[in-house]
Amino acid sequence: MKIIRVHPYIVNLLLLLLAFIASVAIGAVAIGPDTVVSVFLAKIPGVSIPVDWSQATETIIFRVRLPHTILILLTGAALAGSGATYQGLFRNPLADPYLIGVASGAGLGAVIAMSRSWPNDWLSLYSVPFAAFMGALLTVFIVYTLARTGATLQTTTLILAGVAVSSFATALTSFLMLRSSAEMQRALGWLLGGGMLAGWAPVLGILPYICLGLGIMVFLGHPLNVLQFGDDQAQQMGLSVERTKRIIIIIASLTTAAAVAFSGIIGFVGLIVPHLIRMIWGPDYRLLIPLSIIGGATLLLLADILARVVMAPQVLPLGIVTAMFGAPFFLWILWRSKSSVTW
Amino acid sequence: MLQIQNLSVAYGNHVALQDVSLAVAPGEMLAVIGPNGAGKSTMVRAISGIQPIRSGGVLIGEQLLPVHELSAAERARLLAVVPQARELPGAFTVYETVLLGRTAYLGWMGKSQKQDRDLVAWALARTNLSGLAQRRVAELSGGEQQRVLLARALVQSAPVLLLDEPTTNLDLQHQSGLLNLVRELAVEKQLAVLVVLHDLNLAGLYCDRVALVVNGRLQAIGSPQDVLTSQNLTDTFHVPIEVIRHPAYGTPLVLPDGVAHMPHTTSFPTL
Repeated sequence: MKIIRVHPYIVNLLLLLLAFIASVAIGAVAIGPDTVVSVFLAKIPGVSIPVDWSQATETIIFRVRLPHTILILLTGAALAGSGATYQGLFRNPLADPYLIGVASGAGLGAVIAMSRSWPNDWLSLYSVPFAAFMGALLTVFIVYTLARTGATLQTTTLILAGVAVSSFATALTSFLMLRSSAEMQRALGWLLGGGMLAGWAPVLGILPYICLGLGIMVFLGHPLNVLQFGDDQAQQMGLSVERTKRIIIIIASLTTAAAVAFSGIIGFVGLIVPHLIRMIWGPDYRLLIPLSIIGGATLLLLADILARVVMAPQVLPLGIVTAMFGAPFFLWILWRSKSSVTW
Repeated sequence: MLQIQNLSVAYGNHVALQDVSLAVAPGEMLAVIGPNGAGKSTMVRAISGIQPIRSGGVLIGEQLLPVHELSAAERARLLAVVPQARELPGAFTVYETVLLGRTAYLGWMGKSQKQDRDLVAWALARTNLSGLAQRRVAELSGGEQQRVLLARALVQSAPVLLLDEPTTNLDLQHQSGLLNLVRELAVEKQLAVLVVLHDLNLAGLYCDRVALVVNGRLQAIGSPQDVLTSQNLTDTFHVPIEVIRHPAYGTPLVLPDGVAHMPHTTSFPTL
């Protein structure tokens, strides 16, 4: 237990590394984890390792598994990081990009953009994330306005507003998809966090948004700590609350939108990960956000392995896997929060 | 130094404060009293810059800077607020909570220097919280939480200190303990202290001057003897109120009169 407390970064990065290797190793063609490590090490200049694997293995790793794994890793990092950030902003441990409807809003934006430039138009790599970002921002604004009663934000109203806005966005999304061509059926798979684009293109597409979003997010820990005292006290303690909140909303929404635009709507990662991190390493957002980012990547990689293995060769949509574990977890937190004041 | 000049605050059409002027000197402790809804808390919110004002102004610090033209960080270095203990995140430790009082001096990363940590250690010692530094705030009693808020305000190193009903929900021992401490600090650090109090006797006992606010207006201001009079208080609270002298300190002691179940036999020696 002590090592867990002393070296939170080491513990989390180690877990991520293991999940990463497993994700590259596991698939229709099984590749030994030792081979995976060797293939990567051999790519480092100056390291000479006897090649005892086929060219096909290398092709599978670098053309298929690695880009997929990195996309999942970035998506998980983005979802958990923005989950932790939304929780701090709303001062509510149940705020998750999916539960507060931001993911659905981003999904709607993405589908609107897709219905114009689907499929695989080079333009969609730019227009889809941008439309998703707009959808996410609009949703946060609506949910925040609806859920706010006076100066406080109640859990129930937040979740209810999230559910309502999310249902509306989902209905519109479904309508758009049914109305358009058969090709849009692919979008359904995407929406459930399944039929993602393959190869390096989506990785390159998502990378700038995620780097920008997460890069700023890790610096939001201190202002989020101060915001836990409420707007009035935070202001009196010397934080310019309105400006800070605006930055936080933009960054969290940008990050969520990037994840949704490239990987679909995947729920509960942003809820589970920050919660577990908080239970072990405490409420300091300066630690919580970076650890959630690392932990989210790990958890989504594991969920993705599960999605590929359970019904192999058929691949389950990732959103279904996370919901199967996340929804009971959500209920557990809800049940637990009835009896405790701290979170 | 705190100077309030012709301050007016309104919520929509409802005027919450009208034309209030007063000043608090360094080392002085001023109590603001009045009935519920008189505008006492609004005054704290307006002075601390989180409530927009309609007209007038608030000047703070040696240079008498206008509160509403300062940034949040500049303001927090000149003016600290001790709110009521109701709204305090429970998961942070006492140490973390008090250190966050240094926000106005820390960068975006919230990284503390030795000077910040020394100040926190001093504030914890001064508020008798050193032994509880690593405890979570949620585990503390109401009195201890109120001291955490005081310590957090102290590390802001501001020359002006506002307290909003700090003794509500505290028992007698903690009420006097807290106000004694504030009193000591006011003298020691030459702080200008404005404290909203519900308890008129505490106001008379601990404060140099008392400001009586009724319906958003400053009804009276002056020494406790001048303001806490039977006439003033009866007019304000609409119940008969007697004021006698404190047997040891000579300060006014306020007693509500007309207790239904007791016959009125002796008359009090009035002030």
